[in-house]
Amino acid sequence: MDRADIVIFRRDNLSRADQLFKEEELSGGDNRVRLESHAALFSAQEQEEAVPTARTLHGSFRPLPAMLAITPLLFLALFYFYPLAGIFIRSFSDQSASSYLSFLKIFKSSRMAGIIWFTLWQASLSTILTLMVALPCAWVMGTFDFRGKKVIMTLATLPFVLPTIVVASAFQVLASTISDVAASSWLTDIVVGGDNIAALFLSWLVSSIQPEQSISMILLAHIFYNFSVVLRITSAFWSSMGKEMREAASMLGANGVQILFKVTLPLLRPAILASSMLVFIFCFSSFGVILILGGPSFSTIEVEIYRQAAHLFNLPVASCLSLLQILFTFGMMWVYTLLQKKRARLMPESEKISLRRALSWQARSAVVICVTLILLLCVLPVAALLISSLYYNGSISLIFYRELFLNSSGSIFYIQPGDAISNSLTFALSTLAMALVIGGAASYLIREQADRKPHSLLGKLLEPLFMLPLSTSAVTLGFGIIITLDKSPLNLRRSELLIPVVHTLVAFPFVMRALLPALRTIPSSLKEAASIMGASPFRVWLHIELPIIARALSVGALFAFTISLGEFGATLFAARPEFTTVPVTIYRFLGQPGAMNHGQAMAMSSILLLVTAAGFIFIENIRRFGHEGF
Amino acid sequence: MKRAGYLLLLAVYLLTFLMISSAICQDLKMDKQKMVIASKDIDTERSAVREITVMTHDSFSVSKQVVEIFEQQNSAKIIFLKAGDAGEAMNKAILSKNNPLADLFYGVDNTFLSRAIKADIFISYPSAMLKEIDDTLKLDSENRLLPVDFGDVCLNYDKRWFKDHQISPPSMLEDLINPRYKGLLVIQNPATSSPGLAFLLTTISHFGESGAFEFWKKLKSNDIFITNGWQDAYWGKFSAASDGDRPIVVSYASSPAAEVHFAKDKKDDNREAPTGVVTENGSAFRQIEFAGIFRGAANLDLAQKLIDFFLSRTFQEDIPLQMFVFPANRHATLPEVFKRHATITTNPAMLPYDEISQKRDIWIEKWTELIL
Repeated sequence: MDRADIVIFRRDNLSRADQLFKEEELSGGDNRVRLESHAALFSAQEQEEAVPTARTLHGSFRPLPAMLAITPLLFLALFYFYPLAGIFIRSFSDQSASSYLSFLKIFKSSRMAGIIWFTLWQASLSTILTLMVALPCAWVMGTFDFRGKKVIMTLATLPFVLPTIVVASAFQVLASTISDVAASSWLTDIVVGGDNIAALFLSWLVSSIQPEQSISMILLAHIFYNFSVVLRITSAFWSSMGKEMREAASMLGANGVQILFKVTLPLLRPAILASSMLVFIFCFSSFGVILILGGPSFSTIEVEIYRQAAHLFNLPVASCLSLLQILFTFGMMWVYTLLQKKRARLMPESEKISLRRALSWQARSAVVICVTLILLLCVLPVAALLISSLYYNGSISLIFYRELFLNSSGSIFYIQPGDAISNSLTFALSTLAMALVIGGAASYLIREQADRKPHSLLGKLLEPLFMLPLSTSAVTLGFGIIITLDKSPLNLRRSELLIPVVHTLVAFPFVMRALLPALRTIPSSLKEAASIMGASPFRVWLHIELPIIARALSVGALFAFTISLGEFGATLFAARPEFTTVPVTIYRFLGQPGAMNHGQAMAMSSILLLVTAAGFIFIENIRRFGHEGF
Repeated sequence: MKRAGYLLLLAVYLLTFLMISSAICQDLKMDKQKMVIASKDIDTERSAVREITVMTHDSFSVSKQVVEIFEQQNSAKIIFLKAGDAGEAMNKAILSKNNPLADLFYGVDNTFLSRAIKADIFISYPSAMLKEIDDTLKLDSENRLLPVDFGDVCLNYDKRWFKDHQISPPSMLEDLINPRYKGLLVIQNPATSSPGLAFLLTTISHFGESGAFEFWKKLKSNDIFITNGWQDAYWGKFSAASDGDRPIVVSYASSPAAEVHFAKDKKDDNREAPTGVVTENGSAFRQIEFAGIFRGAANLDLAQKLIDFFLSRTFQEDIPLQMFVFPANRHATLPEVFKRHATITTNPAMLPYDEISQKRDIWIEKWTELIL
């Protein structure tokens, strides 16, 4: 298409939008979905050229005035860079010569090189495996509509909140249950009439989920935890992608495989890249999984930082490793930003239109396989956990739950389960709110920068910058907070506010990663069309942008909520008895021997799962409340 | 309806800012109040409730009732700050040296003792209550850190497993390298776990430095399982507490008492404990916990009273069932379940704390190279 064509195309588009806009005025908004779906497709290069002129002509509504756009930067500077700078300066300045020697020795050692290498390859492998498992499921979820889909999606995201020690325990219960089942011959008899293939399969299953310390255990746990990140982000994007392009390709004679590799995957790239980036950084700075499921023979940079800082109190080495981790994340995000320069902008579609029912047998079996996989991967361990919380002396009983309500030891650190839940929810909702604001503002800031000055250095720096908190060692940050946020008016060291603030640091990159791909798909023609027709900038945002990004926004909100609920928070200072959260309670129970403690920990974990599930349903319904077509 | 999403976002934003600003205001107010209180004569402020802050580690616990006794006697309010595991909490205390977060610290153990003393964060307080404390526990001659409780790290074994397999349970460290006990032991990594470190120190105290590493070589070939923390060892691998397959674990001499106290049918303290311990022949390491007052504590007089209280029988008798360690006060009576099921080692393994601090990193490094 050359320029003249674009103009015609554009004018055509505008007049159509005009008509639709008027229709909408008359019928009160129900045609918005049609507006989205009727509009034409634009490709990247055309857009980039057209944008600047349009901007200067009509101006564009900035939903976040300059002051608000500064908020994420301010937040990051205050609660992230300032504490980190504090601890770095402290550890590199007043250390004696001997610690520098030990420091050099450690950095020259082959063990450290091994740790760095292991960190990198386990993260890469985990990411690839997670993508391999999650992408086909995302296709099913993003293409088909079927009964119980919401439930499945909720179940798939639940593992995200579970503390690692509980997951290890759940795996173990599962392994022993399966081996019990495998041992009883009746099942094998039923399945294949005495043939031992089923028995072999079961024993393989048992050995593969046995919580022995091994690399496969680490990989399995990483898939288990991160599956939903890829699933949620990619399927949300997939369903909003529309099928015109694919239909066009098919009409031009492309076969299924060609369409997948030449059309669908390139179009999906922003979402796939965004989610795999999140997964990679998560595995890169993996802590609990490595420590508990991997065992002492595996160590990532994050684990080593913890060891150096918390036990050996070797701050220079810990700081240096933290710095290394930060620099690496930054570099990786830099490459990522360069990679996604060339991207297609396409017309987002309403979920309602793009989703179809699975009618053919191929489609049905795809749905069945996907659901089975999710059930096996995510639901089985969770179910094992629920059962072990209910299983008492050979029968089903609620005794562990009842016991939760009694402070039998009279401890001052005892907390009623209701209070723990309400603490957890309060922190999670504040985190959600703050993460949405900070993450939303950050995303707009990045997009505005990219639109206005696509080649400025600042614009390119922003995106990697906002991802850094995700990979920063909690111990280092905790130490930094202690020595920097200690003076009024920022003396937050003992404040409960620190909990949602630190949770937000980890959660808002999720909001951002979910939001940016969606935000970038919005062609400015849509907004321009609406504003030419006389819609106020605010209305453009409310009627055009918000409905398109709402799905992504709710995915981000969901993760922010989940991260906060599952965060153990031991590294914070505010672990005062009155602010005890559910995960902290779980750890308290597991801190002492005795079967009752273990049972109560399992009961509390089950409650955590239920609360999380309820939260998911709530968040998804808020979205529906806002706009039914999101 | 469409507006709802936007309004929600706006509301959320306002709320966040309100929260932060109100917290900052509160903070300012509190600082002002503190200044006001500090400027007035303390005696005239007796009637007001004063706050005193105790920094401690995650495993700390105390009865509500006991806390209330102190609070009522001194018209004070105790605030507890849990700051991570023992090592992490200690380091945070050292980092906040110039601007202490709390008035006192509970739970420096003898493996971290010299780090705390070197950092010079505690001030001396020769409490009158010290006369009631067991002398063998007093490690700091200047009384900056006062012993409050102790626990013995030792081997725990699953009684039923040994009965079922008709093997006698181990009775000393040397047994562990016997092929009979091959593949039965789960221990913790001394680099990340405090019982793990205590067990390494036990072997060093028992066999001497070079002998200990010889022992570890043999132990390694006898198939041991190593976890990073006590929880994953006990709840993950120990056959008496989990579906794990290892009947010997490194834990505490009081763990059997906890097993009975927190058993499923808990009303009966007389039942036999499911686990046994190996404590004699120098096979148990004594971990002593200390409390101290921070240099620059805001409420020095109250902090001293609280130390006295920590050492008093009221608090000391509460320790066993809260933290499952032993009281340092000789006059404190033990609860029934402790008398019956927890073992006090007569001859615990100990190492001079300055030797521990000097060589700890070297030992851990050596161990890591040898075993992992």
